[in-house]
Amino acid sequence: MENFLTQLIGGLNVGSIYALIALGYTMVYGIAKMLNFAHGDIIMVGAYTIFVAVSSAHVPPYLAILIGIIVCAVFGVVIEKIAYKPLRNTSSLTVLITAIGVSYLLQNLSLLIFGEQEKSMPALFHFDGLMFGSVRVPGETIITLAATVVIMIALTLFINKTKAGKAMLAVSEDKGAAELMGINVNRTISLTFAIGSALAAVAGALYASSYVYIKPTMGAMTGIKAFIAAVLGGIGSIPGAMFGGLVLGIVENLSKAYISTQISDAIVFGILILVLLIRPTGLLGKKRIEKV
Amino acid sequence: MKKTVKSVTAVLLAAVMMTGVMAGCNGGGDDPKVLKIGCMGPITGENASYGTSVRNGAQIAVDEINAAGGVNGMTLELVFADDEASPEKAKNAFSSLMDEGIDVMLGATTTDATIALGELTQQENMLQVTPSGSGQDCTKYDNAFRICFTDPLQGTTMAEYIYNTMKKTKVAIIYDNSNDYSKGITEAFRQKFTELGGQIVPDAQSFGKDDVDFTAQLNNIKNSDAEAIFIPAYYQKVSAILQQADKAGLDLPFFGCDGWDGVLNQLGDDKALAEGAIFLTPFAANDPDEAVQKFVKAYQDANDGATPDQFAADAYDGVYVIVEALKKANVTDSTKIDNDALIQAMTQISVKGLTGDMTFDASGEPNKSAKIIEVVNGEYTVRK
Repeated sequence: MENFLTQLIGGLNVGSIYALIALGYTMVYGIAKMLNFAHGDIIMVGAYTIFVAVSSAHVPPYLAILIGIIVCAVFGVVIEKIAYKPLRNTSSLTVLITAIGVSYLLQNLSLLIFGEQEKSMPALFHFDGLMFGSVRVPGETIITLAATVVIMIALTLFINKTKAGKAMLAVSEDKGAAELMGINVNRTISLTFAIGSALAAVAGALYASSYVYIKPTMGAMTGIKAFIAAVLGGIGSIPGAMFGGLVLGIVENLSKAYISTQISDAIVFGILILVLLIRPTGLLGKKRIEKV
Repeated sequence: MKKTVKSVTAVLLAAVMMTGVMAGCNGGGDDPKVLKIGCMGPITGENASYGTSVRNGAQIAVDEINAAGGVNGMTLELVFADDEASPEKAKNAFSSLMDEGIDVMLGATTTDATIALGELTQQENMLQVTPSGSGQDCTKYDNAFRICFTDPLQGTTMAEYIYNTMKKTKVAIIYDNSNDYSKGITEAFRQKFTELGGQIVPDAQSFGKDDVDFTAQLNNIKNSDAEAIFIPAYYQKVSAILQQADKAGLDLPFFGCDGWDGVLNQLGDDKALAEGAIFLTPFAANDPDEAVQKFVKAYQDANDGATPDQFAADAYDGVYVIVEALKKANVTDSTKIDNDALIQAMTQISVKGLTGDMTFDASGEPNKSAKIIEVVNGEYTVRK
C-alpha cells in the first residue's frame, strides 16, 4: 500500500508537468486550430532562460521564472508572426510541417549556444515536502500539482469571464464571423500563443526543479507525451488536458511499478490508441458536428 | 595535326591525373622515416568529450616518443579525423586518413564506429588498436585489438567484487535499455552474480534513452530488500538517478562501471550524493603512481589545465602498445611494413601502461587488471 501511494504520488508529479504542457497545446489547438509541435521546445527555451538568469546573472529564482515567462511569451508571439501567420489560410499539413521545422530550429540553436552537455539547474524552490503517515510527498510534487491546478482554474476563468477570453472563444468558433463582429483576430491569436508559451515556461521551471538536468532536446519527448495527454483528454478542452496529463503520468508510473519498466511507454501509447478507437474526441472532448 | 596535339595533350593530362591517384595510394610522397598513426573519434556532437580526450592523450604519447628519439629511427605523426561516433562517418574518415597515408590505426573511440572501421582496416590488413571500443564485436577481426575492458568483463568483475569483497547478496540493477554497453554489462553481471549465489532484486529495472524520471524504478528498489544498487550506465544518467534516489530517500550503497567516469563533474555542487559509490575504471587521475602523475601533468600543460580521463589514458597506452609492436616486428621503414608480422607481434609484447600492465591474446583482448575507484570526500580514490 505504501509503495502504491508513493508510486501514485510520483505519477502525479510527472502527470502535472504533462498537464501543464498539454494546456498550452490544447489552447493553441482549440483557438488557432493548429498543432504547434514546437511547443515542447518552448519549455526548453524557458528552462535555459531561467538557468542563465539564476546561474550566470544570479537573479533570485522567482524573478528568474518571471523573466523566463516573459521571454517565452515573446518567443511564442514572434514564432507565430514569422512562421505560422503567413500560412494561416493554407492546409493544416503545411503548418504542421512548419511547426516541426521550428522545433528543430529551436533545438539546434540551443545546441549551438549551450552545447550538448547537460546543465544542472540550481534549486529553484526550497520546500522539503510533507509526511503523510509514512508516505513522503516531495516538495516539487506539491508545488507542481498546485501550480497546475491554479493555472487550469485561472485559464478556465479567463476564457469564460473576460472579454479577451470570449474573443478567443469566438475566434475558435468562426474566424471570419469573429472578424465581422469587430474582433481583432490577429491580436487574439497572438495572445493565445503568448499565454500558451508562458505556460510552457512555467512547465520548464517545474521540470527543471523535478529533474535537475536540462538539455537542448529535453522538450522533444516531454512534448510528445504532453501532446498524447492533450489528445487523451480531448484536444481543445482545458479540463481535458489537465485530466489527460494526470492520467498519463499515473498510468506510466504504475505500469513501471507493477507491470514492467521496459514496456511502460508501449502501454501509454497503447492506451492512446484504444481511447482514439473508442472515443475519437478524447475522454473529455466535445463532439462537434462540422457543418459544410 | 591539330588532332594529334589534342590526343597527346589528353594522354599527358591523363598521365598527370593518374600520378595523383597513385600518389594517393601509397601515401602522397611517403617519407620512410615518418610513421603515420591514424586516429579517430568524435570531436563534435553528443560524445565529443570522448574523441577529444583520445586525440589529446595520443598526442602526448606521440610527442614523448618523438622527443626520446622516435621508434627504430622513425618519427611518429598523429593524423586525426572526426567520426562523430557514427559508423557512416567513420568510413569516410578512414578514407581521408588513407589519403593522408596512414600506416597503422589507433581507433575508433566508440563501439559502433570501431566495428564499422574494422571492416575497412581488415581489407587493408592494417593493424587496428581501439583505445576504448568496448563492445564485443570491436575485435572480431584478426587485425583488431583493444586497450580497454570489454563490457561483459566489467559486468563479471563487478559481480565478483560486490559478492566476494563487499559481501552483498541481494543487489538491484538499473540499466539503460536503449544502450548496448549498458545491456552488455547487465547481462554479464546478472549471469555471474546469480552463479555466485547472489540474487537480483527486484527484477532488473530499465529505462530508455529519453527517460528523465526514474522515481518509479527507485521506489521499486526501495520497496524490495536490495542491499545495494548497481548502475551500469553513462555518467549523465547516473547523475540524474543519484539526484532522484536522494529525493526518494533511498539510502543504499551504489556501484557502477567505467561509464561513471565524469559523474563528479556532472553532479557539480551535489558531489556528496556520490559519496561512497564504488565503480570500476582503468584509470584515475589522482592515482599517486609516478607514471600517471607525469602523464596528468603533461596533459594539463598541453590542454589548458583539463584533467585527463580514462579515454585519454587508453589512447596514450594505445600509442605505446603500437610502438612496442613496431619494435618487436623490427619495422624501420614506414613504406615497407609487413602487416602480418606486425599483427603477429601484438600477441608477443607486454606493455606497462597507465591503465595497467597488459599483454594481448590473438582474439584481440587485453589481459590486465582493473582498478576499483571509490568516491571519498568528493574525489575519485583508488581502492586497494
